[in-house]
Amino acid sequence: MTKITLVAFDGTRFDVDAVNGSTVMENAIRNSVPGIEAECGGACACATCHVYVDEAWTDAVGTPQPMEEDMLDFAYDVRPTSRLSCQIKVRDELEGLIVHVPERQA
Amino acid sequence: MSTPIETDVVIVGAGPCGLFAVFELGLYDLKCHLVDILDRPGGQCAELYPEKPIYDIPAWPEISGQALTDKLMEQIAPFKPEFHFNRMVSGFRKLDNGRFEVETDEGELLHCHAVVIAAGGGSFQPKRPPVPGIEAYEGSSVFYSVRRMEEFRGQDLLIVGGGDSALDWTLNLQPVAKSVTLVHRRPDFRAAPDSVNKMFALREQGKINFHVGQVSGLKGEGGQLTAATVKGPDGETDIP
Repeated sequence: MTKITLVAFDGTRFDVDAVNGSTVMENAIRNSVPGIEAECGGACACATCHVYVDEAWTDAVGTPQPMEEDMLDFAYDVRPTSRLSCQIKVRDELEGLIVHVPERQA
Repeated sequence: MSTPIETDVVIVGAGPCGLFAVFELGLYDLKCHLVDILDRPGGQCAELYPEKPIYDIPAWPEISGQALTDKLMEQIAPFKPEFHFNRMVSGFRKLDNGRFEVETDEGELLHCHAVVIAAGGGSFQPKRPPVPGIEAYEGSSVFYSVRRMEEFRGQDLLIVGGGDSALDWTLNLQPVAKSVTLVHRRPDFRAAPDSVNKMFALREQGKINFHVGQVSGLKGEGGQLTAATVKGPDGETDIP
């Protein structure tokens, strides 16, 4: 288990014990974090699980693969810290990870 | 109001489900009319990811969104479906004779025995980018699609995006417009590599401009845009 925190757009914090190997998106859906839609179910085929990785965590989380970058073109208000949460796998090194949910999805 | 079109079934949505409904209904000898907001069949598969492989279609271990659409069109062709593209269903009511009336936003009326709603995630609407005050320019200086190229003749154009639409319109409108500037949030493109190469060639020749960045503000008056502020890695620039 790895502790991760999802911060909804209104500031509500969701502290979650995430199973390693699960994705940040799956944990958001399981815990009904508002603002994460995940329409395609985690196939990197939409941009509705868009999150901003907290500045302190961008290096640990890493950068998107080309396919994810393509999908991010469809997201709303993309920033340098933008990721699709279905493409972030929970692992030990992400203990304490914080991601922020944008104002809205695409 | 036009004369109502009489048919057996009206299908709302021409995505994979709507298209295959034509086949199943056709087996019962039912004739179908389809209404879709897009300008072609395939719905989300054809609009969002025509070239992306899909893995969850029975008997197709891997197929692209466009190929799936093409195959469905081939499969339903014998049943001669009729399509009403670029239309949104705006009204729906039951008639006294037990049939249904479906109205489109272009004012057409369709009368039928049954309506199939195969609308998926809903009709495609333009996605408004997070630019303050953009609403004021929509329809006069900000457009989400190109309907007629002539409208852009002699104008200074700013095209935002990195997909096929953005690149195709950059290439096609370049000879027509006074100037064309393409803005995309990164130097890589989703568009076909051939279009990207052509765009960079035009840039080499000084015929178009390309900036990496995102539009952060608009300047103008009374719906007439005079400049757009583009925020990129090297700060903000105003583009006329």
